[in-house]
Amino acid sequence: MAQLSSSLLYIAFFIYFTATILFVVSLTVKEKDGTKSNKWGKWGYILSIIGFICQLGYFITRWIAAGHAPVSNLFEFTTFFGMMMVFGFIIIYAIYRLNVLGVFAMPVALLVIAYASMFPREIEPLIPALQSNWLKIHVTTAALGEGILAISFVAGLIYLVATIDQSKGSMKTGWLEFVLYTLLSTLGFILVSIGFGAANYQASFEWVNESGNQAELVYHMPAIASPHDGVKLTEGAFGPLFEAPAWMEGVDAPKKLNTFIWSLFSGLILYLLLRLSLRKRLGAALKPLMKNINTQLVDEISYRSIAIGFPVFTLGALIFAMIWAQAAWTRFWGWDPKEVWALITFLFYAAYLHLRLARDWHGEKSAWLCVLGFVIIMFNLIAVNIVIVGLHSYA
Amino acid sequence: MDKIKCDCGHLNPYGTIICEACGKPIQEESPEKLLNMRYEGTARRSQTYNTNAVDKIWNFFSSVKVGVWLIVITLIASAIGTIFPQQMYIPPTANPAAYYEEEYGMLGEIYYILGFHNLYSSWWFVLLLGLIGVSITVASIDRGVPLFRSLRNQRVAKHDNFLKKQRMFAVSKRPEDEEQFMEEILFRLKEKRYRIRREGNSILAEKGRFSRWGPYVNHVGLIIFLLGSMLRIVPGLYLDEDMWIREGETKAIKGTDQEYYLKHDKFTFEVYDKKEERFSEALNRVQQPVPKNYQSDVTLYKADEKLPGAKPDLSEVKDYSIQVNKPLEFDGYSLYQVDYRQEMRYMHFELQNAETEEAVGSFSVDLLNPKDDFDLGDGNRVELEGYYPDFYFDKETKKPATKTNIPNNPAFIFKMFTPETPEGEVAFIGIRQNLDPSGDNQYKVAFDGIDTEFTTGLTVKKDYTLPIILIGGIIFMIGVVQGLYWNHRRVWVKVKEEDVWMAAHTNKNWHGIRRELDDITVKLNMKQLVDQQEESKKA
Repeated sequence: MAQLSSSLLYIAFFIYFTATILFVVSLTVKEKDGTKSNKWGKWGYILSIIGFICQLGYFITRWIAAGHAPVSNLFEFTTFFGMMMVFGFIIIYAIYRLNVLGVFAMPVALLVIAYASMFPREIEPLIPALQSNWLKIHVTTAALGEGILAISFVAGLIYLVATIDQSKGSMKTGWLEFVLYTLLSTLGFILVSIGFGAANYQASFEWVNESGNQAELVYHMPAIASPHDGVKLTEGAFGPLFEAPAWMEGVDAPKKLNTFIWSLFSGLILYLLLRLSLRKRLGAALKPLMKNINTQLVDEISYRSIAIGFPVFTLGALIFAMIWAQAAWTRFWGWDPKEVWALITFLFYAAYLHLRLARDWHGEKSAWLCVLGFVIIMFNLIAVNIVIVGLHSYA
Repeated sequence: MDKIKCDCGHLNPYGTIICEACGKPIQEESPEKLLNMRYEGTARRSQTYNTNAVDKIWNFFSSVKVGVWLIVITLIASAIGTIFPQQMYIPPTANPAAYYEEEYGMLGEIYYILGFHNLYSSWWFVLLLGLIGVSITVASIDRGVPLFRSLRNQRVAKHDNFLKKQRMFAVSKRPEDEEQFMEEILFRLKEKRYRIRREGNSILAEKGRFSRWGPYVNHVGLIIFLLGSMLRIVPGLYLDEDMWIREGETKAIKGTDQEYYLKHDKFTFEVYDKKEERFSEALNRVQQPVPKNYQSDVTLYKADEKLPGAKPDLSEVKDYSIQVNKPLEFDGYSLYQVDYRQEMRYMHFELQNAETEEAVGSFSVDLLNPKDDFDLGDGNRVELEGYYPDFYFDKETKKPATKTNIPNNPAFIFKMFTPETPEGEVAFIGIRQNLDPSGDNQYKVAFDGIDTEFTTGLTVKKDYTLPIILIGGIIFMIGVVQGLYWNHRRVWVKVKEEDVWMAAHTNKNWHGIRRELDDITVKLNMKQLVDQQEESKKA
């Protein structure tokens, strides 16, 4: 069953990838009605749905194999978050039929799922605090909310690519390049992981781990950052260039930091290669693809996804979370970092809604906020688990 | 201030911009501009008065800009609080003044000095939350009350200038059969689920007005939530106590005023078995035992009425197994499984010949209630001269001493008597220590095993504020959904002598209302409504 489950995930991943290509093609095909669904876009959408069903199959079979909802560690949660992004896309596309949404939404979801698979993938047993029906209710609702909110990021990004003036460099084009570079870094991370994985690269260090025990940490990428006070065990292995700071206390934090550095580095190389071969800013290269796009509609989509996602997120990540925390930890709120960042996400989107509805922040300002909101969500997903130790660092 | 009487006869509050009843613009900005329909052009206190201090404070808190700033400051402050762990998450024995510097260097020290280690209970953070509460309240009253008045007082027939200056507007040709036209348009509007009011040749079609209350409903929910969280300080509403009970022990439950007693029958601690196939891969990777269950089997008793000082009669209420996620609930109290200790309870010793190590007798010391004297038979006995449950050597007095009464590190001074040594010999026994102060003892006390016992750590909670907080949360959610998922749409139709005027307004989602009205105008062969705002933008 576990085997079937992971096969289904691979299949879903491949289908999503194909769907992305179809969406890209749909933009380049010239038809009179450029923004509306054409044949390529329609097939892209159908494939997205088929991929989603496959991933749902992964989810169900893994649930059967584990005996509990597969949302209990970082691999499972992040995968599920990617799946909810696809689900959010499927809903929003059904309303607005905008192909360009698929061009950005599907790759972002792909990146999220690929990122997830870099965490340990074994089925883990549940510690007593997680043994509750609220596990499935709280986590799935929170992930669904975040998935829908991620679509607002996608729409915001499209808006920025389509509208920002690329005739000369400015702070805006700079930030847009930075956002695109961040996405490339995630891609770089995946490529580097697969590359070193295929070469079966290994370098071990002896170190004192987060629970204060002597342990061995095996790197699968050359060590740029070694564990704090770590001793290299593998002869002739590369590095390290420096040591990870001691305050990074997440599980295997130095290894994750090392991976993070590799991601930034490989992202930079990818960015430079693209930039040199295109001979212009990536934003400027993408902009012609967007020339037929109804930017007002894109702006509306970015707002609409927040209008749908915000209540779902509040329900799942705050209210259900509080009800569960009351049962598991004796208090509904304890200022645990994950809780605080869920509150920050809530406050951020609350501020967004006030600015949009009461102070008419539409268009570009609104789009930048959508991008920032996604940064906060990703920070809560990644950094809070890796850098900050709290009750939620299960993985 | 005087009320403003409109031409239509309606008395409007001072400061009104658009007449509540007929919609005539009272304070016209410019004849060409569209009407600003936000809050229906009502007289908002914050927009009307700005002379004395009360006005200024009111206007400050009613501003959305101020509200958003308060949210953003709270957001940043909350984020700062997660940079390093809060004091409640550092080891309880650590001294925070030293801990932050040792663990996090200079930044940690600054963090501590600024008081960020207790950020969320600091006066300024609580003040921020309070200010948000005030802002929510003031802003809602400032807008909600006049809005409610205005929407209740609106009339069907609107002033011409009101219609003309709506964002969506069109003038169509007057139909030949007026009655038939009226019937037809009423039918089409009803089809779109509008509620209709007609006065002569004017129509007001309206739907989704309740969505206008969404923001006020969710703000009420938030206020209830915030007040509910503050109610905890009222005595009797909130209780939070920790208690430890050993296996077999019966104790009065803290905070219940000796009304309830708890017996701890048995404690269970289980870890996952590595042989369990589906988890074996993960369990082998982490290398450490993964806990599966913490469970206290308990019996709850209620004490009957009793005379002061007398021992209470206990009657059993129920048996229960308290686990993580499964607290024992009774009479408003909840008992949670939060901790456990495995403690040494009995220590077993042998009295041996110092040279041959041949045992002449054995005895056990109850570490919680040690006896003074152990008779081993055949004239052998041991006296307990000194007992230090949590032993340390006091350097000042140069004597053994104990830190606590809990047997974490027990040490003993025994005096051994045998027929051969009737005077007695002294021995000092601690964990991994066996001292012979005189150096020529013929007998010794040797360690011979230990019995441990579980003590469970329970938290007793009573929180009568929870229902209030939950209700606040539910009201908030209802308000958010009500405000975001529906729109307030109105359509005005006025049949004039020459032509038919049609205007429309929605509080949001103009795409939606345009689609809806296009459908109607096409079917009735009328002019399509024009978005005058978009038109002026294009021009």
